[in-house]
Amino acid sequence: MERDLTCIGCPLGCALHVWWEGDVVTVTGNTCPRGAAYGRTECTAPVRRFTGTVALRGGVLPVVSVKTREDVPKDAVFAVAEAVKTLSVEAPVSIGDVICEDIAGTGVALVAAKNVARAV
Amino acid sequence: MERFDIIVIGGGPAGLAAAIAAKKRGTERVLILERDRELGGILNQCIHSGFGLHTFGKELTGPEYAAAFIEQIVPLGIQVRLNTMVLDISQELVVTCTSRANGLEQLRADAVVLAMGCRERSRGALNIPGFRCAGIYSAGAAQRLVNMEGLMPGREAVILGSGDIGLIMARRMTMEGAKVKAVAEVLPYSGGLKRNIVQCLDDFDIPLKLSHTVVDIHGRERLEGVTIAEVDAARKPIPGTEEYISCDTLLLSVGLLPENELTRAAGIEIDRVTGGPVVSDDFSTSLPGVFACGNVLHVHDLVDFVSREAERAGESAAEYVLGKQKGQREIALRGTGGVRYTVPQRICVDSMPDSLTVRFRVAEPMRDRSIAVYCGKQRLLQKKKRVLAPGEMEFVIIKRDSIPADAKEIVVCIEED
Repeated sequence: MERDLTCIGCPLGCALHVWWEGDVVTVTGNTCPRGAAYGRTECTAPVRRFTGTVALRGGVLPVVSVKTREDVPKDAVFAVAEAVKTLSVEAPVSIGDVICEDIAGTGVALVAAKNVARAV
Repeated sequence: MERFDIIVIGGGPAGLAAAIAAKKRGTERVLILERDRELGGILNQCIHSGFGLHTFGKELTGPEYAAAFIEQIVPLGIQVRLNTMVLDISQELVVTCTSRANGLEQLRADAVVLAMGCRERSRGALNIPGFRCAGIYSAGAAQRLVNMEGLMPGREAVILGSGDIGLIMARRMTMEGAKVKAVAEVLPYSGGLKRNIVQCLDDFDIPLKLSHTVVDIHGRERLEGVTIAEVDAARKPIPGTEEYISCDTLLLSVGLLPENELTRAAGIEIDRVTGGPVVSDDFSTSLPGVFACGNVLHVHDLVDFVSREAERAGESAAEYVLGKQKGQREIALRGTGGVRYTVPQRICVDSMPDSLTVRFRVAEPMRDRSIAVYCGKQRLLQKKKRVLAPGEMEFVIIKRDSIPADAKEIVVCIEED
Protein backbone atom coordinates (compact mmCIF):
# COMPACT_ATOMS: atom_id res chain seq x y z
CA MET A 1 0.00 0.00 0.00
CA GLU A 2 1.08 3.62 -0.36
CA ARG A 3 0.13 6.94 1.14
CA ASP A 4 1.07 10.63 0.95
CA LEU A 5 1.62 12.32 4.31
CA THR A 6 2.70 15.66 5.71
CA CYS A 7 5.30 15.12 8.42
CA ILE A 8 4.29 16.63 11.78
CA GLY A 9 7.74 16.15 13.33
CA CYS A 10 8.70 19.81 13.00
CA PRO A 11 7.47 22.98 11.29
CA LEU A 12 9.13 22.11 7.95
CA GLY A 13 6.16 19.83 7.23
CA CYS A 14 7.90 17.65 4.64
CA ALA A 15 5.69 15.96 2.02
CA LEU A 16 6.31 12.26 2.64
CA HIS A 17 5.48 9.33 0.37
CA VAL A 18 5.24 5.99 2.15
CA TRP A 19 5.06 2.49 0.61
CA TRP A 20 4.48 -0.47 2.87
CA GLU A 21 3.98 -4.21 2.53
CA GLY A 22 3.62 -5.94 5.89
CA ASP A 23 6.65 -4.91 7.94
CA VAL A 24 8.62 -3.54 5.00
CA VAL A 25 8.21 0.24 4.88
CA THR A 26 9.91 2.74 2.54
CA VAL A 27 9.68 6.48 3.17
CA THR A 28 10.75 9.20 0.71
CA GLY A 29 10.51 12.99 0.82
CA ASN A 30 11.79 13.33 4.38
CA THR A 31 14.70 15.64 5.20
CA CYS A 32 15.64 14.03 8.52
CA PRO A 33 15.41 10.68 10.34
CA ARG A 34 12.43 11.96 12.33
CA GLY A 35 10.44 12.14 9.09
CA ALA A 36 11.25 8.53 8.21
CA ALA A 37 10.25 7.41 11.70
CA TYR A 38 7.01 9.38 11.52
CA GLY A 39 6.14 7.94 8.08
CA ARG A 40 6.77 4.41 9.35
CA THR A 41 4.70 4.64 12.56
CA GLU A 42 1.95 6.73 10.95
CA CYS A 43 1.27 3.99 8.39
CA THR A 44 1.71 1.00 10.70
CA ALA A 45 0.78 2.09 14.24
CA PRO A 46 0.02 5.85 14.45
CA VAL A 47 0.66 7.58 17.77
CA ARG A 48 0.02 11.03 19.26
CA ARG A 49 1.14 12.92 22.33
CA PHE A 50 -1.91 13.78 24.46
CA THR A 51 -2.00 17.12 26.30
CA GLY A 52 -4.88 18.48 28.35
CA THR A 53 -5.85 19.70 31.81
CA VAL A 54 -6.83 18.08 35.09
CA ALA A 55 -8.97 19.69 37.81
CA LEU A 56 -6.84 21.14 40.62
CA ARG A 57 -7.99 21.54 44.22
CA GLY A 58 -6.57 24.35 46.35
CA GLY A 59 -4.35 25.82 43.63
CA VAL A 60 -3.90 29.36 42.34
CA LEU A 61 -5.57 28.06 39.14
CA PRO A 62 -8.58 25.71 38.89
CA VAL A 63 -6.78 23.36 36.44
CA VAL A 64 -3.24 22.16 35.80
CA SER A 65 -1.91 21.22 32.37
CA VAL A 66 -0.93 17.57 31.88
CA LYS A 67 0.56 15.35 29.19
CA THR A 68 1.13 11.68 28.53
CA ARG A 69 4.78 10.92 29.32
CA GLU A 70 5.10 9.12 25.99
CA ASP A 71 3.04 8.98 22.82
CA VAL A 72 -0.18 6.95 22.97
CA PRO A 73 -1.89 5.07 20.11
CA LYS A 74 -3.84 7.53 17.97
CA ASP A 75 -7.09 5.60 18.37
CA ALA A 76 -6.75 5.74 22.17
CA VAL A 77 -6.61 9.54 22.28
CA PHE A 78 -10.34 10.05 22.94
CA ALA A 79 -10.34 7.36 25.64
CA VAL A 80 -7.42 9.18 27.28
CA ALA A 81 -9.30 12.50 27.04
CA GLU A 82 -12.35 10.93 28.73
CA ALA A 83 -10.26 9.35 31.50
CA VAL A 84 -8.43 12.64 32.14
CA LYS A 85 -11.79 14.39 32.72
CA THR A 86 -12.51 12.17 35.74
CA LEU A 87 -9.22 13.00 37.52
CA SER A 88 -8.42 15.71 40.03
CA VAL A 89 -5.32 16.51 42.06
CA GLU A 90 -4.39 18.56 45.12
CA ALA A 91 -2.12 21.63 44.77
CA PRO A 92 0.80 22.22 44.73
CA VAL A 93 1.94 20.31 41.66
CA SER A 94 5.30 20.30 39.92
CA ILE A 95 6.31 19.49 36.36
CA GLY A 96 6.78 15.72 36.05
CA ASP A 97 4.53 14.74 38.99
CA VAL A 98 2.77 11.49 38.08
CA ILE A 99 -0.99 12.08 38.13
CA CYS A 100 -2.00 8.63 36.84
CA GLU A 101 0.38 5.66 36.40
CA ASP A 102 -1.54 4.13 33.51
CA ILE A 103 -4.01 6.37 31.70
CA ALA A 104 -6.96 4.60 30.05
CA GLY A 105 -5.16 1.27 29.88
CA THR A 106 -2.46 2.56 27.51
CA GLY A 107 0.33 1.70 29.94
CA VAL A 108 1.54 5.30 29.66
CA ALA A 109 1.72 7.65 32.67
CA LEU A 110 -0.07 11.00 32.79
CA VAL A 111 2.24 13.68 34.23
CA ALA A 112 1.87 17.33 35.24
CA ALA A 113 3.27 19.82 32.72
CA LYS A 114 3.13 23.01 34.81
CA ASN A 115 4.20 24.14 38.25
CA VAL A 116 1.16 25.44 40.12
CA ALA A 117 1.44 26.77 43.67
CA ARG A 118 -1.11 26.34 46.45
CA ALA A 119 -3.45 29.28 46.89
CA VAL A 120 -2.74 31.15 50.13
CA MET B 1 14.44 57.30 41.78
CA GLU B 2 15.26 53.58 41.78
CA ARG B 3 17.87 52.80 39.15
CA PHE B 4 18.38 49.64 37.07
CA ASP B 5 20.93 48.67 34.45
CA ILE B 6 18.24 47.08 32.30
CA ILE B 7 14.47 47.05 32.55
CA VAL B 8 12.76 44.36 30.48
CA ILE B 9 9.11 45.11 29.73
CA GLY B 10 7.19 41.84 29.57
CA GLY B 11 7.93 38.46 31.20
CA GLY B 12 6.95 36.17 28.33
CA PRO B 13 9.39 34.06 26.32
CA ALA B 14 11.15 37.10 24.81
CA GLY B 15 11.48 39.01 28.08
CA LEU B 16 12.74 35.94 29.95
CA ALA B 17 15.41 35.08 27.37
CA ALA B 18 16.51 38.73 27.06
CA ALA B 19 16.80 39.22 30.83
CA ILE B 20 18.76 35.98 31.27
CA ALA B 21 21.17 36.83 28.44
CA ALA B 22 21.65 40.40 29.74
CA LYS B 23 22.44 39.15 33.25
CA LYS B 24 24.84 36.48 31.96
CA ARG B 25 26.61 39.10 29.84
CA GLY B 26 27.59 40.93 32.99
CA THR B 27 24.99 43.55 33.92
CA GLU B 28 24.14 43.84 37.60
CA ARG B 29 20.63 45.14 38.12
CA VAL B 30 18.17 43.57 35.70
CA LEU B 31 14.42 43.93 36.30
CA ILE B 32 11.48 42.29 34.52
CA LEU B 33 8.13 44.09 34.69
CA GLU B 34 5.18 41.76 33.99
CA ARG B 35 1.50 42.70 34.01
CA ASP B 36 0.18 39.17 34.64
CA ARG B 37 0.30 37.34 37.97
CA GLU B 38 3.02 34.95 36.76
CA LEU B 39 5.92 34.83 34.31
CA GLY B 40 5.72 32.87 31.04
CA GLY B 41 3.32 35.00 29.02
CA ILE B 42 1.33 33.27 26.32
CA LEU B 43 3.23 29.99 26.90
CA ASN B 44 1.11 29.41 30.01
CA GLN B 45 -2.00 28.85 27.91
CA CYS B 46 -0.23 26.95 25.10
CA ILE B 47 -0.50 23.57 26.81
CA HIS B 48 0.04 21.58 23.60
CA SER B 49 3.33 19.92 22.82
CA GLY B 50 5.87 20.95 20.17
CA PHE B 51 7.90 23.72 21.81
CA GLY B 52 11.66 23.54 22.20
CA LEU B 53 12.56 21.19 19.35
CA HIS B 54 15.28 23.62 18.24
CA THR B 55 16.35 24.88 21.69
CA PHE B 56 16.26 21.72 23.80
CA GLY B 57 16.08 18.96 21.16
CA LYS B 58 12.84 17.64 22.61
CA GLU B 59 9.16 18.45 22.45
CA LEU B 60 7.89 20.37 25.47
CA THR B 61 4.52 21.91 26.29
CA GLY B 62 4.32 25.71 26.58
CA PRO B 63 4.40 25.81 30.41
CA GLU B 64 7.35 23.38 30.43
CA TYR B 65 9.27 25.52 27.93
CA ALA B 66 8.57 28.62 30.04
CA ALA B 67 9.64 26.82 33.23
CA ALA B 68 13.05 26.03 31.71
CA PHE B 69 13.67 29.81 31.58
CA ILE B 70 11.77 30.83 34.74
CA GLU B 71 13.92 28.44 36.82
CA GLN B 72 17.01 30.49 35.94
CA ILE B 73 15.58 33.85 37.05
CA VAL B 74 16.03 33.60 40.82
CA PRO B 75 19.48 31.88 40.79
CA LEU B 76 20.76 34.56 38.40
CA GLY B 77 19.52 37.33 40.70
CA ILE B 78 17.16 38.87 38.15
CA GLN B 79 14.46 40.95 39.83
CA VAL B 80 10.81 40.52 38.87
CA ARG B 81 7.74 42.63 39.59
CA LEU B 82 4.47 40.89 38.74
CA ASN B 83 1.01 42.48 38.40
CA THR B 84 2.81 45.59 37.17
CA MET B 85 1.69 47.56 34.14
CA VAL B 86 4.08 49.89 32.32
CA LEU B 87 2.42 53.14 31.27
CA ASP B 88 5.25 55.12 29.71
CA ILE B 89 8.89 55.13 28.64
CA SER B 90 10.44 58.59 28.47
CA GLN B 91 13.23 59.78 26.15
CA GLU B 92 15.54 59.67 29.20
CA LEU B 93 14.52 56.01 29.84
CA VAL B 94 12.40 56.71 32.89
CA VAL B 95 9.85 53.89 33.03
CA THR B 96 6.50 54.76 34.63
CA CYS B 97 4.56 51.77 35.91
CA THR B 98 1.67 51.00 38.21
CA SER B 99 0.79 48.11 40.47
CA ARG B 100 -1.56 47.37 43.36
CA ALA B 101 1.42 46.73 45.64
CA ASN B 102 3.48 49.86 44.91
CA GLY B 103 1.04 52.25 43.26
CA LEU B 104 2.47 54.57 40.62
CA GLU B 105 6.26 54.38 40.35
CA GLN B 106 9.05 55.77 38.20
CA LEU B 107 12.16 53.71 37.60
CA ARG B 108 15.33 54.80 35.83
CA ALA B 109 17.02 52.43 33.36
CA ASP B 110 20.30 52.60 31.45
CA ALA B 111 18.70 50.36 28.81
CA VAL B 112 15.19 49.09 28.14
CA VAL B 113 14.22 45.88 26.33
CA LEU B 114 10.76 45.94 24.76
CA ALA B 115 9.20 42.45 25.03
CA MET B 116 5.47 43.20 25.28
CA GLY B 117 4.38 40.59 22.75
CA CYS B 118 1.30 40.92 20.59
CA ARG B 119 -2.47 40.75 20.81
CA GLU B 120 -5.21 39.29 18.65
CA ARG B 121 -7.06 41.08 15.89
CA SER B 122 -10.67 41.38 17.08
CA ARG B 123 -14.11 41.18 15.50
CA GLY B 124 -14.26 44.97 15.34
CA ALA B 125 -11.34 44.99 12.91
CA LEU B 126 -13.13 42.63 10.50
CA ASN B 127 -16.46 44.41 9.99
CA ILE B 128 -18.51 41.20 10.11
CA PRO B 129 -22.18 42.17 9.98
CA GLY B 130 -24.79 40.64 12.27
CA PHE B 131 -25.75 40.63 15.93
CA ARG B 132 -23.33 41.37 18.76
CA CYS B 133 -24.33 38.31 20.76
CA ALA B 134 -22.43 36.24 23.33
CA GLY B 135 -20.38 33.30 22.09
CA ILE B 136 -17.86 35.15 19.92
CA TYR B 137 -14.28 34.91 21.17
CA SER B 138 -10.81 35.45 19.85
CA ALA B 139 -9.10 32.06 19.65
CA GLY B 140 -6.54 33.05 22.27
CA ALA B 141 -9.20 34.19 24.75
CA ALA B 142 -10.94 30.81 24.33
CA GLN B 143 -7.56 29.09 24.77
CA ARG B 144 -7.03 30.85 28.09
CA LEU B 145 -10.57 29.96 29.25
CA VAL B 146 -10.19 26.27 28.41
CA ASN B 147 -6.57 25.70 29.39
CA MET B 148 -6.16 27.95 32.43
CA GLU B 149 -9.61 28.70 33.80
CA GLY B 150 -11.09 25.26 33.12
CA LEU B 151 -14.12 26.71 31.29
CA MET B 152 -15.58 25.65 27.93
CA PRO B 153 -16.83 28.52 25.76
CA GLY B 154 -19.44 26.36 24.00
CA ARG B 155 -20.40 23.02 22.42
CA GLU B 156 -20.60 23.66 18.69
CA ALA B 157 -17.97 25.91 17.15
CA VAL B 158 -17.03 27.51 13.86
CA ILE B 159 -13.55 28.99 13.56
CA LEU B 160 -12.84 31.95 11.31
CA GLY B 161 -9.23 32.19 10.21
CA SER B 162 -6.65 29.43 9.96
CA GLY B 163 -4.02 30.97 12.22
CA ASP B 164 -2.16 28.53 14.43
CA ILE B 165 -4.09 29.39 17.60
CA GLY B 166 -7.39 28.68 15.81
CA LEU B 167 -6.11 25.33 14.53
CA ILE B 168 -4.78 24.35 17.97
CA MET B 169 -8.14 25.32 19.51
CA ALA B 170 -10.05 23.23 16.95
CA ARG B 171 -8.24 20.17 18.32
CA ARG B 172 -8.49 21.25 21.95
CA MET B 173 -12.26 21.92 21.77
CA THR B 174 -12.75 18.56 20.03
CA MET B 175 -10.79 16.77 22.77
CA GLU B 176 -12.99 18.44 25.39
CA GLY B 177 -16.11 17.10 23.68
CA ALA B 178 -17.16 20.06 21.51
CA LYS B 179 -18.02 19.71 17.82
CA VAL B 180 -15.94 21.95 15.57
CA LYS B 181 -17.97 22.21 12.39
CA ALA B 182 -15.61 24.11 10.09
CA VAL B 183 -12.62 26.39 9.82
CA ALA B 184 -13.19 29.18 7.27
CA GLU B 185 -10.17 30.97 5.78
CA VAL B 186 -10.67 34.00 3.53
CA LEU B 187 -7.36 33.41 1.70
CA PRO B 188 -6.86 30.56 -0.79
CA TYR B 189 -4.16 29.11 1.52
CA SER B 190 -3.82 28.53 5.25
CA GLY B 191 -2.16 31.06 7.53
CA GLY B 192 -1.04 28.38 9.97
CA LEU B 193 1.77 25.86 10.05
CA LYS B 194 1.23 22.86 7.78
CA ARG B 195 1.72 20.38 10.58
CA ASN B 196 -1.08 22.05 12.54
CA ILE B 197 -3.48 21.51 9.62
CA VAL B 198 -2.55 17.82 9.66
CA GLN B 199 -2.61 17.13 13.38
CA CYS B 200 -5.41 19.52 14.42
CA LEU B 201 -7.90 19.37 11.51
CA ASP B 202 -7.22 16.29 9.34
CA ASP B 203 -6.94 14.02 12.41
CA PHE B 204 -10.51 14.93 13.38
CA ASP B 205 -12.02 15.36 9.89
CA ILE B 206 -12.66 19.06 10.51
CA PRO B 207 -13.21 20.73 7.11
CA LEU B 208 -10.90 23.63 6.19
CA LYS B 209 -12.86 25.88 3.86
CA LEU B 210 -10.32 27.98 1.96
CA SER B 211 -11.53 31.19 0.22
CA HIS B 212 -14.50 31.31 2.62
CA THR B 213 -15.51 33.86 5.21
CA VAL B 214 -18.29 34.58 7.70
CA VAL B 215 -20.82 36.97 6.13
CA ASP B 216 -23.50 36.98 8.85
CA ILE B 217 -23.84 36.29 12.55
CA HIS B 218 -27.20 35.07 13.90
CA GLY B 219 -28.61 35.13 17.45
CA ARG B 220 -29.76 37.97 19.71
CA GLU B 221 -28.53 37.00 23.18
CA ARG B 222 -26.39 33.96 22.38
CA LEU B 223 -24.88 32.98 19.06
CA GLU B 224 -27.17 30.58 17.15
CA GLY B 225 -25.29 30.24 13.89
CA VAL B 226 -23.19 31.87 11.22
CA THR B 227 -23.53 32.21 7.47
CA ILE B 228 -20.35 31.54 5.56
CA ALA B 229 -19.78 32.18 1.86
CA GLU B 230 -17.09 31.62 -0.72
CA VAL B 231 -15.09 34.68 -1.73
CA ASP B 232 -13.61 35.68 -5.09
CA ALA B 233 -10.02 36.71 -5.78
CA ALA B 234 -10.77 40.20 -4.42
CA ARG B 235 -12.05 38.55 -1.19
CA LYS B 236 -15.64 39.63 -1.97
CA PRO B 237 -18.39 37.10 -1.07
CA ILE B 238 -19.83 35.33 -4.14
CA PRO B 239 -23.66 35.55 -4.15
CA GLY B 240 -25.35 32.15 -4.10
CA THR B 241 -22.54 30.39 -2.19
CA GLU B 242 -23.95 31.21 1.28
CA GLU B 243 -24.22 28.33 3.73
CA TYR B 244 -25.79 28.48 7.22
CA ILE B 245 -23.98 26.61 9.99
CA SER B 246 -25.62 26.37 13.41
CA CYS B 247 -23.17 26.91 16.30
CA ASP B 248 -23.02 28.50 19.74
CA THR B 249 -19.39 29.59 19.47
CA LEU B 250 -17.38 31.50 16.88
CA LEU B 251 -13.64 31.68 17.38
CA LEU B 252 -11.62 34.31 15.54
CA SER B 253 -8.07 33.41 14.60
CA VAL B 254 -7.44 36.24 12.19
CA GLY B 255 -4.01 37.56 12.94
CA LEU B 256 -1.79 38.94 15.66
CA LEU B 257 -0.75 42.56 16.10
CA PRO B 258 2.46 43.60 17.90
CA GLU B 259 1.49 45.60 20.98
CA ASN B 260 3.46 48.82 20.49
CA GLU B 261 1.53 51.57 22.28
CA LEU B 262 4.51 52.23 24.56
CA THR B 263 6.89 52.17 21.61
CA ARG B 264 4.82 54.67 19.62
CA ALA B 265 4.36 56.97 22.61
CA ALA B 266 8.14 57.01 23.04
CA GLY B 267 8.42 58.26 19.44
CA ILE B 268 10.29 55.14 18.29
CA GLU B 269 10.24 54.49 14.52
CA ILE B 270 7.77 51.72 13.55
CA ASP B 271 7.92 49.45 10.47
CA ARG B 272 4.56 49.72 8.71
CA VAL B 273 4.67 46.09 7.53
CA THR B 274 5.65 44.33 10.78
CA GLY B 275 3.83 46.77 13.07
CA GLY B 276 6.93 46.59 15.28
CA PRO B 277 9.89 48.92 15.77
CA VAL B 278 12.56 49.31 13.10
CA VAL B 279 15.72 47.70 14.49
CA SER B 280 19.39 47.40 13.64
CA ASP B 281 21.32 44.08 13.66
CA ASP B 282 21.79 44.41 17.46
CA PHE B 283 18.00 44.85 17.92
CA SER B 284 18.44 48.50 18.92
CA THR B 285 15.51 50.77 18.04
CA SER B 286 15.63 54.41 16.91
CA LEU B 287 15.71 55.57 20.57
CA PRO B 288 19.24 54.99 21.94
CA GLY B 289 19.29 52.42 24.75
CA VAL B 290 15.97 50.83 23.76
CA PHE B 291 16.01 47.32 22.26
CA ALA B 292 13.16 45.09 21.04
CA CYS B 293 12.58 41.35 20.58
CA GLY B 294 9.89 38.71 20.25
CA ASN B 295 6.36 39.27 19.01
CA VAL B 296 6.43 42.99 19.78
CA LEU B 297 9.09 43.24 17.06
CA HIS B 298 7.42 40.94 14.52
CA VAL B 299 4.99 38.05 14.99
CA HIS B 300 6.75 34.67 15.11
CA ASP B 301 5.41 31.13 14.55
CA LEU B 302 8.00 29.41 16.73
CA VAL B 303 9.00 30.30 20.27
CA ASP B 304 12.44 28.80 19.71
CA PHE B 305 13.23 31.62 17.29
CA VAL B 306 11.83 34.18 19.77
CA SER B 307 14.22 32.89 22.43
CA ARG B 308 17.23 33.15 20.15
CA GLU B 309 16.35 36.62 18.92
CA ALA B 310 15.65 37.81 22.48
CA GLU B 311 18.98 36.43 23.68
CA ARG B 312 20.74 38.62 21.10
CA ALA B 313 18.66 41.65 22.12
CA GLY B 314 19.46 41.05 25.80
CA GLU B 315 23.19 40.71 25.07
CA SER B 316 23.13 43.89 22.99
CA ALA B 317 21.36 45.80 25.76
CA ALA B 318 24.00 44.58 28.24
CA GLU B 319 26.85 45.59 25.91
CA TYR B 320 25.26 49.02 25.51
CA VAL B 321 25.11 49.43 29.30
CA LEU B 322 28.72 48.22 29.61
CA GLY B 323 29.78 50.94 27.18
CA LYS B 324 30.24 49.15 23.85
CA GLN B 325 29.99 51.60 20.99
CA LYS B 326 27.88 50.76 17.96
CA GLY B 327 29.53 51.20 14.56
CA GLN B 328 28.90 54.45 12.73
CA ARG B 329 28.24 53.14 9.24
CA GLU B 330 24.62 51.93 9.15
CA ILE B 331 23.08 50.67 5.92
CA ALA B 332 19.52 49.68 5.08
CA LEU B 333 18.35 46.09 4.72
CA ARG B 334 15.02 45.51 3.03
CA GLY B 335 12.84 42.93 1.34
CA THR B 336 11.61 43.11 -2.24
CA GLY B 337 10.30 40.75 -4.94
CA GLY B 338 8.07 38.56 -2.79
CA VAL B 339 9.74 39.37 0.56
CA ARG B 340 7.32 41.45 2.66
CA TYR B 341 9.77 42.62 5.28
CA THR B 342 13.07 41.82 6.96
CA VAL B 343 14.15 41.94 10.61
CA PRO B 344 16.52 43.64 11.19
CA GLN B 345 15.82 46.55 8.83
CA ARG B 346 19.32 48.01 9.30
CA ILE B 347 22.86 46.72 9.55
CA CYS B 348 25.83 48.39 11.20
CA VAL B 349 28.55 46.89 9.04
CA ASP B 350 31.39 47.80 11.47
CA SER B 351 29.82 46.22 14.54
CA MET B 352 27.55 43.49 13.10
CA PRO B 353 28.14 39.83 14.05
CA ASP B 354 30.25 37.69 11.68
CA SER B 355 27.06 35.80 10.72
CA LEU B 356 23.79 37.73 10.88
CA THR B 357 20.46 35.87 10.87
CA VAL B 358 17.89 37.87 8.91
CA ARG B 359 14.28 36.76 9.38
CA PHE B 360 11.50 37.56 6.92
CA ARG B 361 8.13 36.48 5.53
CA VAL B 362 7.07 36.00 1.93
CA ALA B 363 3.93 37.58 0.49
CA GLU B 364 2.36 34.42 -1.00
CA PRO B 365 2.93 30.65 -1.22
CA MET B 366 5.66 29.68 -3.71
CA ARG B 367 7.42 26.49 -4.87
CA ASP B 368 10.94 25.79 -6.11
CA ARG B 369 12.43 29.25 -5.68
CA SER B 370 15.62 30.71 -4.33
CA ILE B 371 16.16 33.24 -1.59
CA ALA B 372 18.75 35.72 -2.86
CA VAL B 373 20.62 38.55 -1.16
CA TYR B 374 21.92 41.45 -3.27
CA CYS B 375 24.10 44.48 -2.77
CA GLY B 376 23.37 46.61 -5.82
CA LYS B 377 23.79 44.22 -8.77
CA GLN B 378 26.11 41.90 -6.86
CA ARG B 379 24.52 38.73 -5.50
CA LEU B 380 25.94 37.97 -2.06
CA LEU B 381 24.25 34.61 -1.64
CA GLN B 382 21.52 32.31 -2.87
CA LYS B 383 19.63 29.55 -1.03
CA LYS B 384 17.26 27.11 -2.74
CA LYS B 385 13.84 26.54 -1.16
CA ARG B 386 11.33 23.87 -2.19
CA VAL B 387 8.40 25.53 -0.42
CA LEU B 388 7.83 29.07 0.85
CA ALA B 389 4.63 30.14 2.64
CA PRO B 390 3.51 33.37 4.36
CA GLY B 391 2.56 31.36 7.45
CA GLU B 392 6.11 30.14 7.95
CA MET B 393 8.87 32.60 8.83
CA GLU B 394 12.02 32.21 6.75
CA PHE B 395 15.58 33.21 7.43
CA VAL B 396 18.85 33.76 5.63
CA ILE B 397 22.33 34.16 7.13
CA ILE B 398 24.44 37.05 5.83
CA LYS B 399 28.19 36.86 6.42
CA ARG B 400 29.86 40.10 7.42
CA ASP B 401 32.85 39.59 5.13
CA SER B 402 30.57 39.12 2.10
CA ILE B 403 29.33 42.73 2.34
CA PRO B 404 31.28 45.09 0.03
CA ALA B 405 33.05 48.03 1.67
CA ASP B 406 31.01 50.57 -0.31
CA ALA B 407 27.61 48.89 0.30
CA LYS B 408 24.73 51.33 0.63
CA GLU B 409 21.83 48.89 0.87
CA ILE B 410 21.29 45.14 1.10
CA VAL B 411 18.20 43.59 -0.46
CA VAL B 412 16.59 40.17 0.20
CA CYS B 413 14.36 38.81 -2.57
CA ILE B 414 12.85 35.63 -3.99
CA GLU B 415 13.94 34.44 -7.45
CA GLU B 416 12.67 31.82 -9.88
CA ASP B 417 14.97 28.82 -10.19
